Amino acid sequence: MNETTKQLKDWPLWEVFVRSKQGLEHKHCGSLHAADARQALDMARDVYTRRQEGVSIWVVQSSQIVANRPDEKGELFDPSADKIYRHPTFYEIPDEVGHM
Amino acid sequence: MDRTPYLLHLADNALILGQRNAEWCGHGPVLEEDIALANMSLDLIGQARLLYQEVAKDRGGDCTEDTLAYFRDTAAFRNYTLLELPHSGPVVGYGQAQRDYGVTIVRSFLYSALMVLVWDALQGSNDKTLAAIAEKSLKETRYHLRHARDWLLRLGDGTDESHRRTQEALDYLFPFTQEFWAQSPAESEAVKAGIGVDLSTLREDWDDLVSAAIAEATLVRPSGQGYLSQGKFGQHSEHLDYVLAEMQSLARAHPGATW
Repeated sequence: MNETTKQLKDWPLWEVFVRSKQGLEHKHCGSLHAADARQALDMARDVYTRRQEGVSIWVVQSSQIVANRPDEKGELFDPSADKIYRHPTFYEIPDEVGHM
Repeated sequence: MDRTPYLLHLADNALILGQRNAEWCGHGPVLEEDIALANMSLDLIGQARLLYQEVAKDRGGDCTEDTLAYFRDTAAFRNYTLLELPHSGPVVGYGQAQRDYGVTIVRSFLYSALMVLVWDALQGSNDKTLAAIAEKSLKETRYHLRHARDWLLRLGDGTDESHRRTQEALDYLFPFTQEFWAQSPAESEAVKAGIGVDLSTLREDWDDLVSAAIAEATLVRPSGQGYLSQGKFGQHSEHLDYVLAEMQSLARAHPGATW
């Protein structure tokens, strides 16, 4: 057996990010199973861009993503809840600037 | 010059392989692959539609893409025999359980390797519509080849079992590629008129492309000799009858039905 051959049940999970024609950034759109990165790209093309959703695809192995623990939500995110001054909504924008 | 026999040959190839590969829809080895194969079937059926529409224009009357797909019988089809064979491969069996993905992949590989060359050449056809269809189809077929070649490598250079089954599929299917190189009257006429491509000019490129992939997949290229199939001359295996029976039964039971 080729040492890179993975049995179906051992195919890792990949997260798929697609950039749409108008979009400036890649957006997470789902996940899939594939034996390796190249195959994950091809499968992402078939699974997630069938309806012309994208012009560029990124895939990353799900296990490579580091995420915060859900039970840390309070200390991580709640402190910003009462700091509305961090939104730039208190400025008067001169008319000459136009749409921002 | 009547271009319809040549267009029908191209269209029938695409339709029959599209229909065949669609048999995997809902039964693919993994969900992602199931979707990939259905996508490619739809590409092929899309190619067939464009070509049938051209034929219907030339024939006029009541002829439409639907009458060409659904109301012609086996002997009127001009597809390669290779494309109508069941997925069960050399094993005698017709049941869904006997479908072998190795056969599916090897067949797609052999055919797409030919069609990337054919569509590329047809971009220079004197027939501007055919040239435009070729341009569109080339992009699709390049992906089909990439997909099939990728799986050929994975299966050939995979486990002992996948290697064995892929080699069996190759041994079984390769002789049917002889049919590519036997020029039919429809092809001769089209080549003479500058509409079609002379496949003998593509043979060397196809050989190189196919041999390189087979070697990389650690498989052995079969001699590919023996019985010369005649599908594009209208003489088919019994398998095409079953394909058509399934594909045409609904349209014939409810002619003109829409949804």
